[in-house]
Amino acid sequence: MSHKTDVVVIGAGPVSLFAVFELGLLNLKCHLIDNLDKIGGQCAELYPEKPVYDIPSRARITGEELIGELMLQAKPFDPVFHLNQQADSIEKVGEEWKLTTSSNTVIQARCIVIAAGAGSFVPRRPPLENIELFENTSVFYSVRDKSKFKDKKILIVGGGDSALDWVNDLASIADVTLMHRRKEFRASPDSVTKMLELEKNNKIKFVFGQLDSLSGNEKNLNAVKYKHEDEEFSIEVDYLLPFFGLKMELGPIANWGINLHENLIKVDTEKFETSVPSIFAIGDINTYPGKLKLILSGFHESALMAQKCFAYCYPDKKNVFRYTTSSKDLHKKLGV
Amino acid sequence: MGTIKVKDRDDNIHQLTVESGSTIMEVIRDAGLDIEAACGGCCACATCHVYIGEEWLKKLNPRDDDEESMLDQAFYVKDNSRLGCQLEYTDELDGMELTLAPE
Repeated sequence: MSHKTDVVVIGAGPVSLFAVFELGLLNLKCHLIDNLDKIGGQCAELYPEKPVYDIPSRARITGEELIGELMLQAKPFDPVFHLNQQADSIEKVGEEWKLTTSSNTVIQARCIVIAAGAGSFVPRRPPLENIELFENTSVFYSVRDKSKFKDKKILIVGGGDSALDWVNDLASIADVTLMHRRKEFRASPDSVTKMLELEKNNKIKFVFGQLDSLSGNEKNLNAVKYKHEDEEFSIEVDYLLPFFGLKMELGPIANWGINLHENLIKVDTEKFETSVPSIFAIGDINTYPGKLKLILSGFHESALMAQKCFAYCYPDKKNVFRYTTSSKDLHKKLGV
Repeated sequence: MGTIKVKDRDDNIHQLTVESGSTIMEVIRDAGLDIEAACGGCCACATCHVYIGEEWLKKLNPRDDDEESMLDQAFYVKDNSRLGCQLEYTDELDGMELTLAPE
């Protein structure tokens, strides 16, 4: 799929959503990319239910509520979201950027705004020797095609929703063992009940343990060693599905030729532009003297970044600074 | 004010000065040691996983449900595993020894 817009925003967290608003007031349209399957970044993935107390004018707001409000604020500007994909590569085409995602979505835009927080969320890989040799043949962090698991020995590790959902799903077609360090689970109570029922009826096995090492020939796993209370065990497996949540990493952005400092993107404090003209960085991912990683700093950065994006997108137009309280033009854009 | 002794993943021991009210994660992070602390200390990840010296374990409040749940996402969890962000320094912990868990 190929798209054309004014600004492509990398990340769909709170600062990205406010950037949609600020850019929208200046008539700039946005497409947003996020590797998560939902909008909201860390607010949605890490702390949807935890209250935040330092958003101006909100004495107390949860991560989920904050995202809901920001979505409402961004709505008049019709942002387009491309979820479940990572911004992979960029290429300059004339004055514009052509960005390609991991799902081969191509977006052409005059400006790029990197608002990727601490990076994109990727599955956390167990620190086992040689695990990378088995990845995508015997070790999977997500399931795309279940048919290959039919009648195979599957070891699923973890205690959250992903682990239990796949245990419950694959139980009918494969020989499934669930491994977890304790017999308590973070997963939703329904999934836990279902899994325990399957275990009771010998449809799946449960073992206490933590992964220790993998063995196999070439890319094919055949056994997993694990430990429980200092005792070592081994289990024969065809496939291993470890579910240890997500971690954040900068990913392909690191190779785009932008000046970095300790995995953060250096910007100026007037426009929040990176070392590459017309690429901006706002929110937790940027750094400058005195930077504080607060959502409110990202909001401020959005507003200033938008001014410069306007200059890039409409080089011949004068930008008249207006307030949303009084401007008829802004009211029209906001639909109020 | 006091000190804690942190063993890094190369077995080097760092003596760090701590003020009451700081969390153990903050002290380790601010000293520039290799602790990811991805979520910034709200017990929403497991990247400030440390092992506490046995004799100090009993001086700490036990893990609560939140911390126990997040430890499910950590590797090589032991009886003395804790998340540094959930441990507030008090004078009682002066001299505490701990080790950074493997990544």
